[in-house]
Amino acid sequence: MIPSMPRIQRSGLQSLLREVGPVDRIGLEERVAKYTTRSIKKSSKRFALNLAVSMVDLTTLEGKDTPGKIASLCLKALRPHPDPSIPSTAAVCVYPSLVRHAKKHLAGTSVKIASVATAFPSGQAPLRTRLEEVRAAVADGADEIDMVINRGAFLAGEVDLVRDEIAAVREACSSATLKVILETSELETCDNIRAASFLAMSVLREGDFIKTSTGKTSENATLANNQIMLDAIRDFYLDTGTAISMKPAGGIRTSKQAIQFLIAVKETLGDAWLNNSRYRFGASALLNDLLRQILKETTGRYQAPHTFSEASGSY
Amino acid sequence: MPAKRPKNPARELLFGDLWEFDPAPETAPAHIAPRYDLFINGKSTPPKSKKWFDSISPGDGKKISEIALANEADVDAAYAAAAAAFPKWSATPGAERGKFLYRIARLLQDRSREFAVAETIDGGKPIRESRDFDLPVAAAHFFYHAGWADKLAFAAPGRTLAPLGVVGQIIPWNFPLLMLAWKIAPALACGNTVVLKPAETTSVTAMKFCSILQDAGLPPGVVNIVTGAGDTGAAVVKHPAAAKIAFTGSTPVGKWIQHTLAGTDKRLTLELGGKAANIVFEDATIDQAVEGIVNGIFFNQGHVCCAGSRLLVQESVAAEVLKKLKLRMRHLRVGDPLDKNTDIGAINSRKQLEKIRDLVGSGLQEGAEIFQPDCRLPSRGFYFPPTLFSGVSLSHRIAREEIFGPVLSILTFRTPEEAVEKANNTPYGLSAGIWTDKGSRILDMAAKLKAGVIWANTYNKFDPASPFGGFKESGFGREGGKQGLLDYAKIV
Repeated sequence: MIPSMPRIQRSGLQSLLREVGPVDRIGLEERVAKYTTRSIKKSSKRFALNLAVSMVDLTTLEGKDTPGKIASLCLKALRPHPDPSIPSTAAVCVYPSLVRHAKKHLAGTSVKIASVATAFPSGQAPLRTRLEEVRAAVADGADEIDMVINRGAFLAGEVDLVRDEIAAVREACSSATLKVILETSELETCDNIRAASFLAMSVLREGDFIKTSTGKTSENATLANNQIMLDAIRDFYLDTGTAISMKPAGGIRTSKQAIQFLIAVKETLGDAWLNNSRYRFGASALLNDLLRQILKETTGRYQAPHTFSEASGSY
Repeated sequence: MPAKRPKNPARELLFGDLWEFDPAPETAPAHIAPRYDLFINGKSTPPKSKKWFDSISPGDGKKISEIALANEADVDAAYAAAAAAFPKWSATPGAERGKFLYRIARLLQDRSREFAVAETIDGGKPIRESRDFDLPVAAAHFFYHAGWADKLAFAAPGRTLAPLGVVGQIIPWNFPLLMLAWKIAPALACGNTVVLKPAETTSVTAMKFCSILQDAGLPPGVVNIVTGAGDTGAAVVKHPAAAKIAFTGSTPVGKWIQHTLAGTDKRLTLELGGKAANIVFEDATIDQAVEGIVNGIFFNQGHVCCAGSRLLVQESVAAEVLKKLKLRMRHLRVGDPLDKNTDIGAINSRKQLEKIRDLVGSGLQEGAEIFQPDCRLPSRGFYFPPTLFSGVSLSHRIAREEIFGPVLSILTFRTPEEAVEKANNTPYGLSAGIWTDKGSRILDMAAKLKAGVIWANTYNKFDPASPFGGFKESGFGREGGKQGLLDYAKIV
């Protein structure tokens, strides 16, 4: 900057929005509508369904969760169906107090233990408390931490605070993977979602995630907010070389939806993101629908719902 | 933020074959007859010429049907039928005429899948577009004009509308059924009768449409369809019974028609070529602009008169736009038009394919830089990959002539004034696009661009209520909306 040039006073959020550029919702909706017209058949469908199973973070986030519930969730994640060609899910996702129970079932397996932390879902607790929660979950054996950003600070324009908090959580994670939940429905605008994506990515490590939502608000993952974040990941990667991963969460209940999200990944980020270290689905009901479709592809018939073991309830 | 990070070497995204899509062909039957006669006076009528010509499917180059070749005597018979039907049809109450149009619209919706498949087989456009665009919009035009039929007394304050008589209509091959709807619907709503000639390479859906007219119970002679090439078209234009000629097609033919009609009292509307500027400012939403650029030029293989074929990008974002456009083009799937995943289908005819190759050759010769994504084209049929030329200047042929194919020419500008200057530096003036996040700039640009249709932060959007037509050598007269209706009526 030229030293004599007067500085224009802007809030951090204003500068951030200018730097990352705007997003037009109408054009965005038009782009993602094209994903829904793709027709995925036969072997390409089977590939997508298996891939989606391997990307599921099988989730239960309820006040009534018990060690017994976690046990059945873990076993379901390890072996979603007796058919051995169907892979395990990527992870289970539970509250911090249940991590140690999940550890009993998943230690030494490919299925990771993810834990929401940082006063999920609101994030409205002192930073010290939130960091302590993260450290406790990691100490109990969590491989991955799903944090929420400080939306209040973001909307108040204090983006440096939001970034510093994410950086602090990342430090608290130590070697655990961090997933940063933007809670897109509370950021509301496309511009904000893009800006928050860049804000988070600027302090993340390769392999860390940005994630759409907690699943606890009215609107969760959509093809549109997924696309804003995929575009941001692409731009960030091409610019810095750091590959950030992506997790849409909440609201993806059917195989059809999951395949549309995967098409978005294929056509935005390419093959390198079509695996569960770069892309995940935060979901619970989705898993059984994927199994149902896989069995339909192999047997030619839809199986009755009671054919599949129980998935967790809400979310 | 990106700028604050140390820059690693630039990385590439990998768009490979990890997850290939299996073929997903649309299999609904198209019900294309082996031979089509003319449609005169409500009946299928063999041509007096006793000649038929082959209709080729551009998707695989195979013959799909034989189409009657109408000579002057056939055209005369069609006009005679239309003239005989006119007194009764024009005296039919508007509400009754409206009922026929509603019926046609609903029948078209009922059979939209069949018609979409036929349109794709006959013309080469991807099934996704014929299914999601051509058929719904064609039906919408009939619905819209059905609504006008009993409200003609309210179209001009204190006056009313009267029909012109028999109108001769000639339509192009890029949107065969949709252009038929654009022409027939307002003509019938106003009480005219029609002699229509489809393009010689795409007559099938027009002939299939005759069965809808029969099913709708439209009185014989109200719509007559004659098929054939240039000579048939000339007979339609020159016929003394025509009260009006409506033509959509190329500028040279439009000029010939205007010349031919000079000195007669026939009305004329022309919707001709274009070389639209799609203007991207530095404050545009780049990802969405890229999507709009793709819609603007690759929609219907670029066989669109209002295609955004000249991309004007502000210099400060030109590199980013070009980079993102190239990435986006790698996901355009070129191939079998009947495959539901195909984005770019077949070029309409061998002749058109040769024209595109010729112009692309001239772009290379004149030193523009070409980019085409890797894509396997089918071995049979007429195909051309999506193509862009960067480093194009206004003196290049590819910046001046209408290519009518999936070929985009990219030019740059520095200021809004220069953008206007370059956008208007063309004999055409059909459409233009503006991409900016700034509302005031949209209004300012729209006032300065000499084009009949201007889209802002979107492209290639059509609605029956919105008039469509050109400036300068893109023609005159409007189609759609009240303005389009008035071109089929006298204000009395």
